[in-house]
Amino acid sequence: MKVDIKNDNGKAVAIISGEIDHHNARSARSELDHFIVRAQPKELAIDLGGITFMDSSGIGLIMGRSKLMKECGGSLEVRNAQPYIKRVLRLAGIERIVKIT
Amino acid sequence: MDVLNSIKFTMPSLSVNESAARAVVSSFLIQCDPTVEELSDIRTAVSEAVTNAVVHAYRGKTGMIELTVRLLKDKEIYIRVKDKGCGIPDVKAAMVPLYTTAPEEERSGLGFSVMDSFMDKLIVRSAPGKGTSVTMRKRLVPHGN
Repeated sequence: MKVDIKNDNGKAVAIISGEIDHHNARSARSELDHFIVRAQPKELAIDLGGITFMDSSGIGLIMGRSKLMKECGGSLEVRNAQPYIKRVLRLAGIERIVKIT
Repeated sequence: MDVLNSIKFTMPSLSVNESAARAVVSSFLIQCDPTVEELSDIRTAVSEAVTNAVVHAYRGKTGMIELTVRLLKDKEIYIRVKDKGCGIPDVKAAMVPLYTTAPEEERSGLGFSVMDSFMDKLIVRSAPGKGTSVTMRKRLVPHGN
């Protein structure tokens, strides 16, 4: 799994590609948290367009980053999730907490 | 149970083996010609069951996890993920959505909900100190040739 973060004037995009499971969610979590705390972006979009697999570990990853963004005064959005990944996200009712586009 | 083919895969409860378990199941299921969605559903359910065993079964120690995949008649898939770990004291409570005993690992408590939603049948048997067995079934929809 790869995390590529671009920050443009407080509007950041984190493009995650590969598979999100319990094993590799840890490194994504650490990379994203490090960036959020250091850069304090106003908006962060997690782009899941390059994700080939995601189980409920992805839900934990997104909910945890949403909480951290709120604590830092920003907001989180999830972009480009494929229909199969949206099914996993919907099971958690994540659209009530995070904007899904 | 009318078993047409089966495979058994045993692995240490290391998180790196979560993807190995998915790969084994995907390779075995190619013979059944599943749709992309069916394969995604089964891979996700297997990942959840194996992850539960990795995270909870051996409480920080490494034990063995056994994955059994069977192809039954009428394109029904049988999957069992079994460990000989600490067991689940209250299976009913563990199956309630959002129930988690590992919030520090950001476990969402949705593993069993995902298995239940993505498969046709889910049975969890557990005995404290003896281990847990998660059995799932899904019938593939006939399509094409």
